[in-house]
Amino acid sequence: MKIKISGGMVVNPITMTEEQRDVLIENGMFVDDLSGQPEQIIDATGLTVMPGLIDPHTHLRDPGFEYREDIVSGTKAAVRGGITAVACMPNTKPVIDNPTIVRYIKDKAAAEGFCKVLPVGAVSKNQDGKELAEIGLMAEQGIVAISDDGKPVLTADLMKKAIQYAAQFNLVVISHCEETTLADGGHMNEGIVSLEMGLKGIPTIAEDIMAARDILIAEYLGLPVHLAHLSTAGSIELVRQAKARGVQVTCETCPHYFTLTEEACRDFNTNAKMNPPLRTQMDVDAIICGLKDGTIDMIGTDHAPHHADEKQIEFGLANNGIIGFESSFALGYTYLVLPGHLTLPQLVAKMSTRPAELFHQKMGRIEAGYPADLVLVDLKKPFSFDKHASASKARNTPFHGWMLHGLIKKTFCDGKVVFE
Amino acid sequence: MQLRSKDLLGIKDLSAEEITLILDTAETMKHVLEATSKKTAHLQGKSVITLFYENSTRTRLSFEMASKFMGASSANVASSGSSINKGESLLDTARTIDVCGTDIIIMRHSQSGAPHLIAPHVKASVINAGDGMNEHPTQALLDLFTMRQHKGDLKGLEVAIVGDLLHSRVARSNLWALEKMGAHVRMAAPSTMLPRGLEQTPAIVCQTVQDAVRGADVVMGLRVQLERQQKALYPSIREYAKFFSIDDKTLKLAKPDAILMHPGPCNHGVEMPTSIYDGSQSVINEQVTNGVAVRMAILYLLAARRNG
Repeated sequence: MKIKISGGMVVNPITMTEEQRDVLIENGMFVDDLSGQPEQIIDATGLTVMPGLIDPHTHLRDPGFEYREDIVSGTKAAVRGGITAVACMPNTKPVIDNPTIVRYIKDKAAAEGFCKVLPVGAVSKNQDGKELAEIGLMAEQGIVAISDDGKPVLTADLMKKAIQYAAQFNLVVISHCEETTLADGGHMNEGIVSLEMGLKGIPTIAEDIMAARDILIAEYLGLPVHLAHLSTAGSIELVRQAKARGVQVTCETCPHYFTLTEEACRDFNTNAKMNPPLRTQMDVDAIICGLKDGTIDMIGTDHAPHHADEKQIEFGLANNGIIGFESSFALGYTYLVLPGHLTLPQLVAKMSTRPAELFHQKMGRIEAGYPADLVLVDLKKPFSFDKHASASKARNTPFHGWMLHGLIKKTFCDGKVVFE
Repeated sequence: MQLRSKDLLGIKDLSAEEITLILDTAETMKHVLEATSKKTAHLQGKSVITLFYENSTRTRLSFEMASKFMGASSANVASSGSSINKGESLLDTARTIDVCGTDIIIMRHSQSGAPHLIAPHVKASVINAGDGMNEHPTQALLDLFTMRQHKGDLKGLEVAIVGDLLHSRVARSNLWALEKMGAHVRMAAPSTMLPRGLEQTPAIVCQTVQDAVRGADVVMGLRVQLERQQKALYPSIREYAKFFSIDDKTLKLAKPDAILMHPGPCNHGVEMPTSIYDGSQSVINEQVTNGVAVRMAILYLLAARRNG
């Protein structure tokens, strides 16, 4: 199939430029010239053309929790949000801690998925934090990183071994930074709002201390580490200082950490309950600052679908997390690009090119030789985000009814239209 | 004047006028309690359900007595012996109670926000009888009622609250209520039991119990909540009693006519010695009686609101 997409404003996250030009696709790849006449011409006049987004942090719940989400519904929701590759965390049932589960996910995604799925293997067997999982065997089957996400690696010794061993297979460790004796079963950020609501708080230092530990381990080893979903001013500052010293540390934040504060938990709103918890305006400002100055490399959604029965309950008993695929680009565009914190190419880099680099994937560029993962987006027309229109099985989002800019019109994965 | 909401979920939602309305109504109710025949028809034809997921003596009993004095038909749903033990969700339980023809659900739960969860989903009025560490509004209202009976105006009153401030819903509700009524609150606790953010409230946090009590009109002890004590926040009971109890010497630092309060149940010898608990300044038993009057007032006002 030869496709020509004409008239769109094309974002280049490598040169950090935008230019109006045609994009050519042949056999699922971007090309400089077509071998003949295009079989399909798509008029993208008035639209922006971006590389397909890559989400470095998601939960597809498959296998084991298909009542929340599965590879089909999850990837369908992803492409509706302009995402063409998702890294899925290993807290499935069974846990992604062996090559068979990796194969299952890759095969199901290839057969039934709407976009690419990049499995993240567990650091430890059953995410128990005791013995390393079969990282090499999982790497053979296609994991792109390892993490015990949700269950932080509690002992420094295991984290050190994980970083060492994973590096041998060219994999990075993704650290969920949480010092659990300090978090201690808390339900939201510790401060005036948790006091006023009578909820047990999670101090910011629970995140900062673990971030510091993992930075020091990576520095000692001279190897990379990636810190997931950072939420605090303190952890961002630790990353900033580490980068200045030359530590190979990368990190991500999520749209909810630059758009919401702990105030969203008021009235016991379980759709604002997540881990790490929503913090204060001071933290939000620090995250935006970190995104601007490059301390924060990328943005992931931490897409965490839950059944209504797991959210419409007592706040303290409700599960952590929110869905994020279909709102992430629009939140980034509305809250980072429109106010002038980032340029559009900078945002796109943090949502595609940088995650591709982290996982050593040939993705995230509109360039000859790269797979034709592409998004057409209407940046001009505002829209009301409607959770009921989601392709996800879950509806747990605090963004329902928000007026946003950045409506995804069409998504291509390997040159095929997967959403329009 | 009426209460604005169908529910009484917390002091945070009440205005100073609503608090005054409840306290004024309770004055009338207290006369009913002091009469030889304790019977009114205010809740005739109304049904009141107590739904307690946590233990209680005073709160549950006083609500049940209040309902009965006013002629309501009442029943109790306990977590043991009901479908709660079969794992029924809170919402399903609440809806079930609601569709039985319940007018008022009085609820206690170990999770903060549990009554707030059910209130929008039931036609019945929901009264929060204590939710986790969040609020215990009827306790604060009976405390204010007791203070008002002894001290007249609440405005400008100096109130010392001493004890486990971290876990205490009584302390929180009292703080919000006293702030709305213009009283001043000082607090003291082991520093490990001071919730973060307290410095952003109007309460003055004192270094010692003595600093908090000095010159106070009202001294309130809080129960050391051994059941919520997941990890040691103080080294030992005897050390707690030594540094953080309200003893005779400490109480003498308060104004000579200061009253001593405690929401109960009291750990004698920990929060205060028995001599103080039973002493001349103690109004602890009065608080319990006033609790019935205040709860009668709340039931009456919510029922009146339902009648339109």
